[in-house]
Amino acid sequence: MTVLVDLPADPTVERRRAVQAAAASSLRRRKLASTAALGVCWVFLAVAVVPLVAVVAYVVAKGLPAWNADFFTNSTVPEGIPGGGVWNAIVGTMVITGIAIVVTVPLGLLVGLFLAESEGRVAAALRFTADVMTGIPSITVGIFGYIAIVRNYGYSGFAGAFAIGFIMLPVIVRAGESAFRGVPTSLNEAALALGARKATIARRVVVPTALPGVITGVLLAVARGLGETAPLLLTIGGNQYLQWNPTKQMAALPTTIYNSSSQPYADQVQLAWGAALLLVVVVLVLSIGSRLLAARLRKERR
Amino acid sequence: MTVVETPRPTPAPPDVRGRLRLPDRGYRGILAVAAALVAALAAWFLVSIIIQAKPAFSTLGFSWILQKTWDPTHGKYGLLPFILGTLEVTAIAVVLAVPIGLGTALALAYLVPARTRAALSTTVELLAAVPSVVYGLWGLVVLAPVFRDTVEPFLTSVLGWTGLFNGPDQGVGLLLAGVILFVMILPTMVAISRDVLAVVPNEQLEGAMALGATRWQVLRKVVVPGARTGLLGAFTLATGRALGETVAVALVIGNSPYIAHSIKSPAATIPSLIVNNFGEATGTELAVLFGAGLVLLVIGIAVNSVARWLVWSTAGPSAGATAR
Repeated sequence: MTVLVDLPADPTVERRRAVQAAAASSLRRRKLASTAALGVCWVFLAVAVVPLVAVVAYVVAKGLPAWNADFFTNSTVPEGIPGGGVWNAIVGTMVITGIAIVVTVPLGLLVGLFLAESEGRVAAALRFTADVMTGIPSITVGIFGYIAIVRNYGYSGFAGAFAIGFIMLPVIVRAGESAFRGVPTSLNEAALALGARKATIARRVVVPTALPGVITGVLLAVARGLGETAPLLLTIGGNQYLQWNPTKQMAALPTTIYNSSSQPYADQVQLAWGAALLLVVVVLVLSIGSRLLAARLRKERR
Repeated sequence: MTVVETPRPTPAPPDVRGRLRLPDRGYRGILAVAAALVAALAAWFLVSIIIQAKPAFSTLGFSWILQKTWDPTHGKYGLLPFILGTLEVTAIAVVLAVPIGLGTALALAYLVPARTRAALSTTVELLAAVPSVVYGLWGLVVLAPVFRDTVEPFLTSVLGWTGLFNGPDQGVGLLLAGVILFVMILPTMVAISRDVLAVVPNEQLEGAMALGATRWQVLRKVVVPGARTGLLGAFTLATGRALGETVAVALVIGNSPYIAHSIKSPAATIPSLIVNNFGEATGTELAVLFGAGLVLLVIGIAVNSVARWLVWSTAGPSAGATAR
């Protein structure tokens, strides 16, 4: 660029030139730093993925050998005696989680609908309450179950279901709300214009449209409820025998894993791995299944 | 959902209109009752724990919370070792999880090719659903021997001069519990961080690139600052989860009611104290355990409220709604 002799230098050009010079002189250093830093990010990604994959790999490798006919049909046996299974714990987990689902899914979805239709302070406070509830330390939920149910009626499957339901409820509320909010306003307004009542709109428009999101949320909540251990340790009491009656003490898969894993007997630890594999498989099937189902429902609608 | 009130073109006679609106009232009423039920449940939870913990405070005052000796048979209920244990284990987990979680989230959001990204992100989210007791089992049976025989001797020989690694190599203890917690909270942290990193506007990224910034400079000076509040929220949320974790920690921490003098020492946390002593506790000790739960609850709710507020203010109320 030629500079005219008698004119003062254009500050914009000067400035641009200075910036370009600085950028060029530091380019090599900056490129090196960039490569190094991005390399660290990749290493961290590997560091994060390795232990997580290792956990699952170990559970599969150690749990599969535990899966035999006894494992799925027998109940837990006293320490040191071979041949026990976890049928009692499977039944316990099914009954406890089943009760929790039957109560919390309708209740949680109604509250989700309420939050989706309401603005203002009351709704905001409730929304915040639900969010804080999802973060409550699970052991204190166990204490609550103990105080509210066990103290009056003794250890029981119901007490466990109460605690697990308390943990699942806010997850369903928030998932339901965000699914219901995703329903386009135009659908609502069209239904209103046709003269539909709010209850009808909810039943015929909002809920069906939001169904993929609702299903995902509910299954995620169930997956979470299945694995909760601490609340059950304080509420169900435990039972070595098969028990279908939730008013009695029950066994459950997570508490069986917890109690067996610290035993000195190899059989018990083996049982813990088997139960862990079962729990992981069920939880992953629920999580993956909910995604696939939701994706499919969405696609059909399009 | 906002419904615009439109004037009714042909007003129906009042009694008919009243009857028509009845189902709507019923519907709103049912929703309101459900909402009130949840609010009542939350209140019942809080009030019942406070009431049951009250005897601990009325007979022992408040000083037991900060006393050092836990010896229920002699009426000493010092909670300090457990508060410290909780904070130390959480600190180890968070110190590991913040850089590694942030690096992983950045890689997932901006570095990994689109096809792999979906698969990796899904894997990480699925791992967040693995029950914590499974991590505890893995830590106790698989990782503890490795720590005792390999990791702890190595760390002691390299970092022994700091004085943090005194004492025998036992496997179970603060360090192992912290590492297990780190592995556990990582999926939560990565999933939420990735969400808040991804909402930084593309124009800002492109602007920085047009100015000649390298990829790392774009990430460090544009993306991370843009998502700062949300990232802080993700970290706080993960911290809250680490604070309240019970079974995974109880299995691998060694459960010793003394203040740890080394990072390898066995220790105990408030949740592990409660779960280990609940079965036999009666009278004052039981009230003290309820009180310990209350202390944990106060810390947990405070941490969580801050986290939710931070995440909301970055990515909106729906972000991370279903994440733990």
